[in-house]
Amino acid sequence: MPREGILISNPLERLSGEQVRQIHDASIEILNDPGLLCFNKKAAGIFQSRGAEVAGVSGSDTPCWHVKIPEKLVTDALASAPKTVTLGARNPDNALVMKGDEPRVFFITGSETNMWLDVDFPTYVNKSDPEKESKVPEFQPRRGMVADLCDSAHVCEHLESVDGYIRTVNIQDKDITEDNKDVNKFFACLNNTTKHVMSGLTSLNQLDNVVKMAEIITGGPDKLKENPIISFITCLVKSPLQFVGDTTETFMEVCQRGLPIVVSSSPQAGTSAPIKEAGIMAQINAEVLAGITLGQLVNRGTPVLYGSVPVRARMDTLGDSYGSIETSQYNIDCVQMARFYKLPNYSTSGVSDVKIPGQQSSIERLFSDIVVTLSGPQFLHCAFGLLDCNSVFCLLQAVLDDAHFQMIKFFLKSPRINEEEFDTVKKQIREVVNTPQKMFINYIRPVMRSGEISPPYPFEGDGEGDSVLALANERLQELRAKPVEHIDPDTAARIFREIPGLLPRLNVHEGDG
Amino acid sequence: MSEDILSLLKENVIQGRKTGEDVGIDESLSGTPGVVDLVDSALKNNISPELIIKEALTSGMEVVGEKYSTREYFIPDMLASADAVGAAMDILKPLLEESNVETKGKFVIATVKGDIHDIGKNIVAILLKGAGYEVNDIGIDVPEEKIISVVRDEQPDYLGLSALLTTTMTGMDVVIKALKENGLRDKVKVLIGGAAVSDEYAGEIGADAFCADAFQAIKALEEFEEV
Repeated sequence: MPREGILISNPLERLSGEQVRQIHDASIEILNDPGLLCFNKKAAGIFQSRGAEVAGVSGSDTPCWHVKIPEKLVTDALASAPKTVTLGARNPDNALVMKGDEPRVFFITGSETNMWLDVDFPTYVNKSDPEKESKVPEFQPRRGMVADLCDSAHVCEHLESVDGYIRTVNIQDKDITEDNKDVNKFFACLNNTTKHVMSGLTSLNQLDNVVKMAEIITGGPDKLKENPIISFITCLVKSPLQFVGDTTETFMEVCQRGLPIVVSSSPQAGTSAPIKEAGIMAQINAEVLAGITLGQLVNRGTPVLYGSVPVRARMDTLGDSYGSIETSQYNIDCVQMARFYKLPNYSTSGVSDVKIPGQQSSIERLFSDIVVTLSGPQFLHCAFGLLDCNSVFCLLQAVLDDAHFQMIKFFLKSPRINEEEFDTVKKQIREVVNTPQKMFINYIRPVMRSGEISPPYPFEGDGEGDSVLALANERLQELRAKPVEHIDPDTAARIFREIPGLLPRLNVHEGDG
Repeated sequence: MSEDILSLLKENVIQGRKTGEDVGIDESLSGTPGVVDLVDSALKNNISPELIIKEALTSGMEVVGEKYSTREYFIPDMLASADAVGAAMDILKPLLEESNVETKGKFVIATVKGDIHDIGKNIVAILLKGAGYEVNDIGIDVPEEKIISVVRDEQPDYLGLSALLTTTMTGMDVVIKALKENGLRDKVKVLIGGAAVSDEYAGEIGADAFCADAFQAIKALEEFEEV
C-alpha cells in the first residue's frame, strides 16, 4: 500500500475557470511569440523536426536558437504526458501515487542548500542574579557535508509527515568532485531513508551510474520502472524563456530513460518575470509547458511533474522573497493550472526569508504551508528545514516543520458528521443536561486516545519561558538515536563493487562479518 | 482475597472507572466491576474503610497524580479517577462517621454572585472530593447571604470562591467582608480562584490563598493542614 497523503476535499482555488483559460491562452501565445531562446542544439533540432519554427540567433557568444512552439505540439504533449505518476520507494509502503486530477497532497523535503546550520544551547548566567541560568540557542552556519546529508535523510525517515525526500544539502567534502558528487549524493540518501528520493544531477556523465545504483537496489531495470525509487528535478528553463544548455541535456537524457522528472521553473516576479500576477503566471506556465512538450517529444509518455517554484522579488535587495504573500498566491495559481492539464503538480511552500528558526520563520512558513496545502498540489515541496531564502538547511527547523504539518494534516481530516455520531451525541446531551454539574468531561476519555482529539503542540514547555526550540532539539536527538534502515549488506557490497566513485566511508557495512 | 480486591480497586481508581459501564484506558477491563462495586465487595469481605482508603483509593490517586505529572494522563483522566474516589467516599462516609474517623476537612465551594461560570469550580470540587475532602458545591451566582448562611450552619474548614470575570470578582471581597461582619472570618480559610483573580488580589481582599488551578488548591489545603 502506498502512502496515503492527505486528500483535499474542496481545494482552495483563486482563479476562475475563465482566468485559467486566459493564462493558458497567454502562455500559448508567448510560446509562439516571442517563443524561447534555446541553448541546446539537440533540443532545437527536436523542436524543428516536429514543426516548430527554429532559427539560429546571430551575435551570441554561445550557440543559440530561437524556438517558436506551435500550439499543436503543446496540445499533443499534454495529451501524452501521464496523468498519474508513481514515485516508488525502497520500502514500497512509502511509494507515492500522484494523480493529476486528484488533489491528494504529499509533503516532501528540499531543495538543496549549500549551508548547514548547527545548533547549540549554551547556558547563560543572569548578571544581576547569578542563580538564574538560561539555555539560549545559538546557530552556526557551515558548508554542508555528506555526513550531514546522511543525518538529514535518517531524521526525515522518522519524521511522520515527511512523505518523500529531496536531498536537502549540497555535499562539499574535500573528496567530493564533479565526477563523484551524484553517486555519493544519491547513495547517502538511499542508504538512510526508505522513502522516495529525488535530486538534481550535477554531472550528466553520472546519470547511468545513478540509475544503475537504483537498478541494483530494486532488482533490475524492469523493477526500477515498476518501482522508480529515484526521480530527478531539472530547471531546464531559465526565466525568462530560455532553455539552458546543460540542464536541457540532462532533462532529455532522463526522459529518454523513462524515469520521473520534474519540469521546474522558478521565475522571480519583478526581475526574471513581470511583477504583475498575470505576467508571472503566463510566463511560468509557458516555461513549464515548453519543458513538458520537449520531454514528450523526446519520449512520448515519459512521466513528468508540472514543477512550479515562482517567487516574488524582495524590494530591498531584489533577492527572492519566499516569505511574501504573493509567492503563495503564485503557487496556488500554478496548482490550479496543473490541475487544468490533469498533470501532477510539484509546488512549493514553507521557505522562510529569515536566517534562523524562530517566530518569523514559523509565521512565514506556516502561512504558506497552510494555504498552498489547501490548494491541493500532489507533490508539495515544502521546504522542511529550509531557511534564509532556500540557502540554509537546519534539522531543528525540519523537526518544527514536521509538527506544523501534523497540525495541518489533522485540520484536513474529514468532518465527523453522520447519523451514528448524532445518535451518540444526542444521548450525551440529554444525559448531561440532567446532571448537577452539566459537564461532558466523562465523554472525553473514550476519544482522547483514539486519535480523534488533536494532540497538544509537542514543544510546549512549562512555565512562562519559551522552550520550543530546546524541546524540539530534544526531539531531534531522539530521532537521531533511532535505528537506520540501511541498504542490506549484500546489495551495498554490490553497489560499492560496481559503482565507481563512492566514498568508502559511506559503506556502513564495511568490516561487518 | 483482601489483597486481590484492594489491588483491583486501586487499579480501577487508576483507570478512572467508577462503574462497570465506564471505559478506562485498559480496554480489557470493559464490563468488569468498577470502583463502586468493588468498594461494596471489599466491605462485604470485612475490609475496613480505613484500609480501603489507604491501600486502594489514596494509593491509586497517587499513581494517577504521577501519571499526570509525566503527561501520560490529562485532566479528564484525573477527573474520572477523582470522581470514582468521590463515589467511593460517599459509600464509606457513614461508616467512617460511625467509627469516629474524620475526613480531611469540609470544603464549601461557590461561584460568586453575578457569575455563572462553573467549569473550573466543578473541576476543583471533583478533584478535592477525590483527594478525600468532604465537598459541598453550592453552585453558581450565589449571593453572599447564602454563602454566610451555609458557613454558619455547616461550619466548613474551607470556603472556595470562584469568579471568571473582572466584573464579578469583587463579589469575593463582598463575601469576605460579610464573613467579618458576621464573626465568621477566623473560623474558615478562604481560597479564591478563577481567571480574573491573582495572588495579589487575594492579598488585597484578605483571602487566605489564591489557587490558579485545582492542584494548587490541594497543595494549599495540605499546607494549611501542616500548620
